[in-house]
Amino acid sequence: MADIRNNFVGIKSPNPFWLASAPPTDKAYNVERAFKAGWGGVVWKTLGEEGPPVVNVNGPRYGAIWGADRRLLGLNNIELITDRDLYLNLREIKQVKKNWPDRAIVVSLMVPCEEQAWKAILPLVEETGADGIELNFGCPHGMSERGMGSAVGQVPEYVEMVVRWCKANTRMPVITKLTPNITDVRKPARAAHAGGTDAVSLINTINSITSVDLDDFAPEPSIDGKGTHGGYCGPAVKPIAMNMVAEIARDPETRGLPISGIGGITTWRDAAEFMALGAGNVQVCTAAMTYGFKIVEEMISGLEAWMDAKGHRTLDDVIGRATPNVTDWQFLNLNYIAKARIDQDACIKCGRCHIACEDTSHQAITAVVDGQRHFEVIEAECVGCNLCVNVCPVEGCITMEPLAIGAVDERTGQNVSADYANWTTHPNNPAAKVAAE
Amino acid sequence: MATGQFKDGIAAGRLEPARYSDNFSDLHPPLDDHEALVEADRCYFCYDAPCMQACPTSIDIPMFIREIATGNPIGSAKTIFDQNILGGMCARVCPTETLCEEVCVRETAEGKPVQIGRLQRYATDEAMRQGKQFYERAASSGKKIAVVGAGPAGLACAHRLAVNGHDVVIFEARPKAGGLNEYGIAAYKTVDGFAQAEVDYVTAVGGIEIRYGQALGRDFSIASLSGEYDAVFLGMGLAGVNALRADGEDADGVENAVEFIAELRQASDLGKLPVGRRVVVIGGGMTAIDAAIQSKLLGSEDVTICYRRGKERMNASEYEQDLAAANGVTIRHWLQPKKVIADKGKVTGIELEYTAEKDGKLAGTGETLTLAADQVFKAIGQKLEAGALNGSGNAAPELEGGRIKVDDERRTSLAKVWAGGDCIAGGEDLTVSAVAHGRDAAESIHRSLTSNGRA
Repeated sequence: MADIRNNFVGIKSPNPFWLASAPPTDKAYNVERAFKAGWGGVVWKTLGEEGPPVVNVNGPRYGAIWGADRRLLGLNNIELITDRDLYLNLREIKQVKKNWPDRAIVVSLMVPCEEQAWKAILPLVEETGADGIELNFGCPHGMSERGMGSAVGQVPEYVEMVVRWCKANTRMPVITKLTPNITDVRKPARAAHAGGTDAVSLINTINSITSVDLDDFAPEPSIDGKGTHGGYCGPAVKPIAMNMVAEIARDPETRGLPISGIGGITTWRDAAEFMALGAGNVQVCTAAMTYGFKIVEEMISGLEAWMDAKGHRTLDDVIGRATPNVTDWQFLNLNYIAKARIDQDACIKCGRCHIACEDTSHQAITAVVDGQRHFEVIEAECVGCNLCVNVCPVEGCITMEPLAIGAVDERTGQNVSADYANWTTHPNNPAAKVAAE
Repeated sequence: MATGQFKDGIAAGRLEPARYSDNFSDLHPPLDDHEALVEADRCYFCYDAPCMQACPTSIDIPMFIREIATGNPIGSAKTIFDQNILGGMCARVCPTETLCEEVCVRETAEGKPVQIGRLQRYATDEAMRQGKQFYERAASSGKKIAVVGAGPAGLACAHRLAVNGHDVVIFEARPKAGGLNEYGIAAYKTVDGFAQAEVDYVTAVGGIEIRYGQALGRDFSIASLSGEYDAVFLGMGLAGVNALRADGEDADGVENAVEFIAELRQASDLGKLPVGRRVVVIGGGMTAIDAAIQSKLLGSEDVTICYRRGKERMNASEYEQDLAAANGVTIRHWLQPKKVIADKGKVTGIELEYTAEKDGKLAGTGETLTLAADQVFKAIGQKLEAGALNGSGNAAPELEGGRIKVDDERRTSLAKVWAGGDCIAGGEDLTVSAVAHGRDAAESIHRSLTSNGRA
């Protein structure tokens, strides 16, 4: 039986599934329910400095996009950090940690970019017995206008500075949460690393407008006819988040820096993918907000079943296993040749592969053969692009089959070479030619 | 107090009055907005979609479904009406299980096709509810066209002609328009006077006059129309009914299923409509099913359909057969009528002979079976009343297999005369096919009048 106990920068939890700092972790009531449901840990919703709490809008905080059957694919929010009194939160954190000693409680923090502000709040958090802190350098809306959240996260020097203050003023592990609203996520990660952070967590939400009300031309979520960009999350952001996790995991300057993976994780499979790319554990929010806390049961059982099936005993057998396989385009093997193949028994003859290829790609799939509706790959035209696989509504019906070494690629007439050859040495690469001379 | 199911003979009021409205309510209630969106989401937007190929009127089904899915039911309705102005009725009565839905790739994938018919109804109902008219008539051509029969073929033809700027006069033998939509389809498929509402919707385009009580061969002839009008379209359907060819079929209680259905459709109080305690329906098509189910719904105790061949040869779709079974109708195969048994002129039973197919030919085996029956419905097909075609003694259009022969453009052998719907050879006895014939004939007429006319 797979052991999915998690040890993330010394913070132990019975499984790698934490709830991210967000509405589901704003108060004891919710967090207690989450722990009862089986969540391994939570990052308590971001606390601000002492004083009158922030206020939220009193209208819609969320916008969304949906897939078929109104399945929620992407959610955005304009909610701020906790709007509850600091001391109320601290008392609840302390009590919940006492009630659930085996679960991880990390406290998210966001105070002004002054050392004194951080110095003031850190001992208060430490006193609760919380396992660690997470620095919210990510929220893209509201707080960033006040010089916090992503306004800090977008300036690597500030990131380093604040991390350094925190490391100097607390014994608790420091997790630095990064914003994706930046051109190169490695820069703030390196800065956090330089400041001594114990880990990074990412991604926070992405700047977004989910939709526009076409009756009154108001962006959604709309407050009295006006809207503002909110933070985008949910399944739609997973690919963006995974790339950023992988970029940090494989960056020589941050290699080995623990990563808590966040961004659209909805199932055990999503979690396993993040961990394979280098995340030491994962944080979930939108899936819980969509379906309730019970989904963690599926995540636990799915992860265990997969690990058992594959013979992975602990999470360490999984974490980072895909990282070495993330590379630059220029190192991809140009001698690898695959062709699409359509399983005629599985094909339901919707023809989407044909029209996608015919209208928008390589004219490599038939529509009619011998007068019959028949979809078949024309190998001489197929560049192996995978579009047909992606538009086919039947999973597993179209597959990409690599050509065997020595086989003839009907498109080029060339034999498939056993040699690895990439762009850096390709004759069409002017840089390669220069290097050759 | 209701008469009860167990009263012998043919009697009205077998059920409690409230039961009738339940029994004859909408077979497939309309989809609400949510249901329509969920269902529309299931469509894969196939390339060169099989459903579209299977539709006799070639409605762009993936497009109209996509329009529903994107919150544009009015655009969706126009996509439908562009091909089939009777899309509302077809949404209700098409045997979609043997047309579009049979070939839906979701049927292939999971045995559950997209409910195309119900989605089509959703869109067309919305447009009709809003009274949305999509077509403006072209400038008047000055041409007048006579259409015989205000059924699906005639209405579709008239509408397309009117849109093209021609003036149309429809000659309708019955007191109401709609043809089989009004007189010949099971009541639970088209509730709340939809057939008439659709006639109003179609004729609202303008330029269409309907003259009621005007029958071909009685009140006018093809020749008289040809003389007076620039073109003639024949869409009068099949007024004749095939005979049982069984002894004693003139006994009281032996009736044509089509007439029973027509009477039922026109009845203002179903409780006053008499029906037998034991009903036998002879036939294997939709009419047989409609008559049998509706007999049951009127309170018949025992209804049996007898068909002379096997299940797979029945013209009624499998869905229709299942619907009959679900309503308590018994379907028996390999039985042909031999003799109607009567007592004092009233039917009391029917003797049937078992049949078998040998070398592709059907023959009686000699073995017989007698079923008790208070009422026997003949549903063994309608036929063209050929006599009406040359009622005035002028040349009649050439026939083929007892129906009017037409070419690809629905032209008959007579100059200036087109035909479509059930009355033509190769007609499929489907509302949707009739619509396609009428529409295509209208385009042919239009081409002929505008090009030849000017030349």
